[in-house]
Amino acid sequence: MTTATTVAPEVTRELCQRLLYYLELMREIENRIELKLYRQGKILGGCYTGRGQEAIPVGSAILAGPEDWLCPTHRDMGAFLVRGMEPRRIFAQYLGRAAGPTRGRDGNMHMGDLGLHLLPIISSIGASVPVAGGLALAMKYRGQPGVVFSYFGDGAASRGDWHEALNFAAVQKLPVVYLCNNNQYAYSTPLEKQMAIAHIADRAAGYGIPAAIADGNDVIAVYQASRRAVAHARAGRGPFLIECKTFRMTGHSAHDGAEYVPRALFEEWSKKDPILMLQKHMVERGWSTEVDFKKLHAKILAEIEEAVAWAEASPLPDPATLLDGVYE
Amino acid sequence: MSAATTYVEAIRQGIWEEMERDDSVFVMGEDVGVYGGAFKVTAGLLERFGERRVIDTPLSEAAFVGAGTGAALAGLRPVVEMQFADFISCAFDQIVNFAAKNRWRWGAAVPMVIRCPSGGGIHGGPFHSQNPEMWFARTPGLKVVCPATAYDAKGLMKASIRDNDPVLYFEHKLLYRRIKEDLPEEDYVVPLGEAAIRRAGSDISVVTYGAMLHVALEAARVLQEEGIELEVLDLRTLVPLDEEAVLATAKKTGKVILLHEDTRTGGFAGELAARIGEKVFDHLDGPIVRITAPDCPVPYSPPLEAAFLPKASDVVEKARELYRY
Repeated sequence: MTTATTVAPEVTRELCQRLLYYLELMREIENRIELKLYRQGKILGGCYTGRGQEAIPVGSAILAGPEDWLCPTHRDMGAFLVRGMEPRRIFAQYLGRAAGPTRGRDGNMHMGDLGLHLLPIISSIGASVPVAGGLALAMKYRGQPGVVFSYFGDGAASRGDWHEALNFAAVQKLPVVYLCNNNQYAYSTPLEKQMAIAHIADRAAGYGIPAAIADGNDVIAVYQASRRAVAHARAGRGPFLIECKTFRMTGHSAHDGAEYVPRALFEEWSKKDPILMLQKHMVERGWSTEVDFKKLHAKILAEIEEAVAWAEASPLPDPATLLDGVYE
Repeated sequence: MSAATTYVEAIRQGIWEEMERDDSVFVMGEDVGVYGGAFKVTAGLLERFGERRVIDTPLSEAAFVGAGTGAALAGLRPVVEMQFADFISCAFDQIVNFAAKNRWRWGAAVPMVIRCPSGGGIHGGPFHSQNPEMWFARTPGLKVVCPATAYDAKGLMKASIRDNDPVLYFEHKLLYRRIKEDLPEEDYVVPLGEAAIRRAGSDISVVTYGAMLHVALEAARVLQEEGIELEVLDLRTLVPLDEEAVLATAKKTGKVILLHEDTRTGGFAGELAARIGEKVFDHLDGPIVRITAPDCPVPYSPPLEAAFLPKASDVVEKARELYRY
């Protein structure tokens, strides 16, 4: 695995500052959502976060150009932020407001945006993976440059349509970068009950797809692995798979206390927090100080405060619009 | 006027002409390219349009339907072939959960056509004969098209390809080479949601679609000899439904037979019966009658299959009973 201390020249101070901003923004938005708004009863239904896994969407999505498509999962808030979806729209989505990307029709991370090239997930885990192939097919069909970032978790890789999609993309040589968030649990199911092999990356060989394993808590490692994968796909050499090893620092969703996870694992992985890892690197390189981090943190909290206030003041959807848009 | 065109050729022409007209239209599925499709619906397309637009896929219904959705979201117009409608269950999640809900959820159009060779009478057995239209007709967001004539097969295909919602196009295998008619030389479409009266009559209405249209017309010829005049309404599309036409014929004759090849429970006839009962009950002069396949898998052996499929004699018998009311 690559570590933050073995870095190449492309890992600049400016890049690290951007990465840190999105890591923290994702963390604090999700903290606000799960630890406050959900507990206040303002967010109903399911509530999923990617706490501790922020490096995966942030370190990869930062490489996406405007023509690329991103197909994030419910652990990939960072991809939306990097892409430019405003936090206030995200809060509006969670609060079921008309101003959210689905106008209150769907909740939580089930959001997308055609203009930003963000595909919304559905609840059947892994179902976006074949659709990602189609987005890539359209690029190839039109002779347009572009790469599709297809995110999924360890559980999704047990699904038949996941396997079908990888095979299809490999045969068609589609420009897809597969990003596996292996957080070791699919709801309560640990990896050893999910699969009988050591790495999801090993499956790629079965489809003729090159793969790499990255430390999913090290945003620079995710960035560097993604950079290589994106270059591969952009060059017309077909799909590439990166397995990011990480750990789910929460339950499956806000209602789930994750009592089935040994406590020691939380302690062990909390030492590898992606934000702390990046900050340490930036301090070591003399790029930032604790004072800088505090300033950034305060800026992000203020940004969130404003976004939440805007979303809470925004209207709920009008029931008269319920049937609009089932068909054209 | 050119030589009469078969139903299967009409479908092929519909796809071909739309591919000529619009570069964003392409075909994808198992064996659709080099082989021309299991039923030769896509024969010749590869030679004309090349591998870019005629894509032979792995045996992976979920993958290529999902890919169709993705390509459609990006603005292309995929025409995806199920080799048999029966295999569509392999792509069920992609259709009912992904494709169907995009427009409503986030305003994203999925202009995809899924072709479904369906229906019995060809000794195909339980997995090559089904009529699974109701799995989709009751899923909001999907359109369901069931052509019964060569003219409609072409015109509805062209309209389906131009439609901006996902369309399930059920083409009846029994009709492929058994019916033919002269088609117009010029470009035409059959709009979705417009039923057609195939035979006017005053005594009893038969509302049907797909291959059963021909069963209804055969029964009408027999009954005519007895002085019973059937009115035969071909729905052409289940979603959108031409409810106005259904209610109008029910009001006109006051006696309604609902006929389909699909099995009984949860079949489209139940939905039609409910609507007729709710909206024009006062005009009815007899019970609403359903003639459908029984709640049973489609059998293989000829005597079993004949017992399974609705026949003209079933319509004749039920119509005589209803006429006496």
